[in-house]
Amino acid sequence: MSSRTLPLLFINLGGEMLYILDQRLRAQNIPADKAKKADWIEDDRRRVMNDIITTMFNKKFLEELFKPQELYSKKALRTVFDRLAHASIMRLNQASMDKLYDLMTMAFKYQVLLCPRAKDILLVSFNHMDAIKDFVKDTPSVLSQVDETYRQLIEMYTPLSSGEFQLIRQTLLIFFQDMHIRVSIFLKDKVQNSNGRFVLPISGPVPHGTHIPGLIRMFSCNGEEVKRLQFRNGGNYTGVLREGSFEMFGERVIKLGTNMYVNTAPNPLAKEELNMLARLMGGMEVQKPGNADSGFRVNLFATDEEEEEALISRPDEFSYDVIKIQATKNQQANAELVKIMGDFTEEAGEPCSSSANSKGDDLLAMMDGL
Amino acid sequence: MYHKEKSIQMKSSASALYNNLSVLRIAPRSLTYFTVVHANMVNMVSASWDGLNYSHRQLQSKEANVATSSSLIMQAAWCVLPSRDILVLTSQKGIQMYESDGSIMVYWHALDTPETQTAQAVFARGIAAVREKYICVGISSGSMLVFDVPIKGSNITLSEVLEEHKESITDLASECSGSLECIADMVSADDSGNLCVWKSGEDFQLLNKIPDKAIEAFCSSVKLWKGTVVAGYGTGQIRLYEAVTGIVHAEVNAHARWIYSLDIAPFSGLLLSAAEDSLVRVWHLTMTPETNSVEIVHMYNECVTDTQICGAKFCDGDGYAFAVTGYDLSEIIRYTQV
Repeated sequence: MSSRTLPLLFINLGGEMLYILDQRLRAQNIPADKAKKADWIEDDRRRVMNDIITTMFNKKFLEELFKPQELYSKKALRTVFDRLAHASIMRLNQASMDKLYDLMTMAFKYQVLLCPRAKDILLVSFNHMDAIKDFVKDTPSVLSQVDETYRQLIEMYTPLSSGEFQLIRQTLLIFFQDMHIRVSIFLKDKVQNSNGRFVLPISGPVPHGTHIPGLIRMFSCNGEEVKRLQFRNGGNYTGVLREGSFEMFGERVIKLGTNMYVNTAPNPLAKEELNMLARLMGGMEVQKPGNADSGFRVNLFATDEEEEEALISRPDEFSYDVIKIQATKNQQANAELVKIMGDFTEEAGEPCSSSANSKGDDLLAMMDGL
Repeated sequence: MYHKEKSIQMKSSASALYNNLSVLRIAPRSLTYFTVVHANMVNMVSASWDGLNYSHRQLQSKEANVATSSSLIMQAAWCVLPSRDILVLTSQKGIQMYESDGSIMVYWHALDTPETQTAQAVFARGIAAVREKYICVGISSGSMLVFDVPIKGSNITLSEVLEEHKESITDLASECSGSLECIADMVSADDSGNLCVWKSGEDFQLLNKIPDKAIEAFCSSVKLWKGTVVAGYGTGQIRLYEAVTGIVHAEVNAHARWIYSLDIAPFSGLLLSAAEDSLVRVWHLTMTPETNSVEIVHMYNECVTDTQICGAKFCDGDGYAFAVTGYDLSEIIRYTQV
């Protein structure tokens, strides 16, 4: 429907992906006191984030993205994100990539649904952008790309009317239709029900520009108010939201789109496993992983066993087939974008196969590279 | 005032589109038809009044290409004319018209779609049957197409193009009281909250234009009853205007989120409003011709938990029963008066 939806979809999903990867990379961080050469793990986390953000905000890529176009199919978009996730030394296997994508899409679906006004989708996007800017604040070259993207967003979206934003929102909701994957952080915070549907509160502040329901005013022919009636609104509304800032800086007011993983405590079992890994690795020479084989592997689950189990038990209807993009007429635009993305990945191609990739194999591979 | 009845299950869920439910009551056959849009398809369910028989049909958007999303349906609605009922589907590609049971397509009108994608979306939205023989459909450019519909057969012709609105049409409504005394026959609403009031005929005549004062105004649903325009806005407000003069009769802070659907039961003056805030509200309108005033009172609330409502319609002219659809919901929820 709306031909201006893709940039918002991409930036917000990308933002969620970065939050999740950042949290998982930190969870797999080796604490300084437990491993001798811990610096390179911390550096590599920053390097992974920088590499992905650099690819995400590549000038040519964004130019293509911001052109008026219909939304990609779910498969095509998934492929773009597969490429993006592998734009660095990090490697994810199939199950982890599936889980990452589930988390990203359900998070953004939640944000779109709960936006007080359709226009607030832009504030949600700015929340993601603000966080991305913070990830790369020490890297001037990437920072300037991010700033440029802010400008493009402001230029393209701030003149739109609320009706045009609602069309964008409706387009996004059609894209997310019938997705009810349960996300543990949402279930825990009681924003999602056990049937996968989100909780829509009938309480709290009303959007900026709306009045709390309850008042009927009737007027005479010359505009004078002649009668007032109150009615019970059935909810528990508490006030009106202030308007957030639509500029490069400023308070966004809306909390949707900020990093909800920031205060998540890491799993103690995973931590123990990683500590053991650190002890094994601590005895090796520091070798900056330069080639793809020794890529730093990230597990989206708490343990490898959980990851493997998730892959086996994943319901068919949730599987994403990573398809080969054919440059047929219909998929021309998709192909173009994916090709540009492919030029920037360290290793062009599909993510790692789902064959068992145990810790032992990784270490051996690393040793081979010494 | 109302209690929940058994829901009707659909083959797929409802999309988040304005006015996403249409109801056609077929008294001679003791049936009610319901249509709900899901992306590039329309779910049609026919329900017998005894609650025992349900049958389903799905209609596809013409020129639907499964791989892309470029032929999404924006709205589906029945147009009730004296001699026949026509089911109209409006999409990004054009306008499809079917016999009332959806079995035969009788007319197809393609929209002018530009060769390369433009920033401005192209689609048709807003459907109304006007007087004896017209079906009007709105376009994203702001134009409105007037089709002349014969008593039977497929010789439907485009009679006129009305160019008054500058923004996308959101909804159209025709005078539903059945009274022939009303001067205004149709009202149209657009993306920037402007309302136009029309008289039908060989050439449709613009009677009045009601501009919106508020900057953030957006009217998603509109009805016309006994010369009164009832408009539902994105801010959650409902406003009542006198159609031909634009005088504001009433303003209601009705909902906490975007209003997605309005409906009027013409025999009783009951008004139904539904919004993204999960609430359906029933109101009552009373006209006092002597004082030229219109009163609105609140009657009833129904909360559809955790649902952003996208369609709500009365199932009969008295408002004895109504039905509701919600985003991501695969059922049509029904309520009847106790």
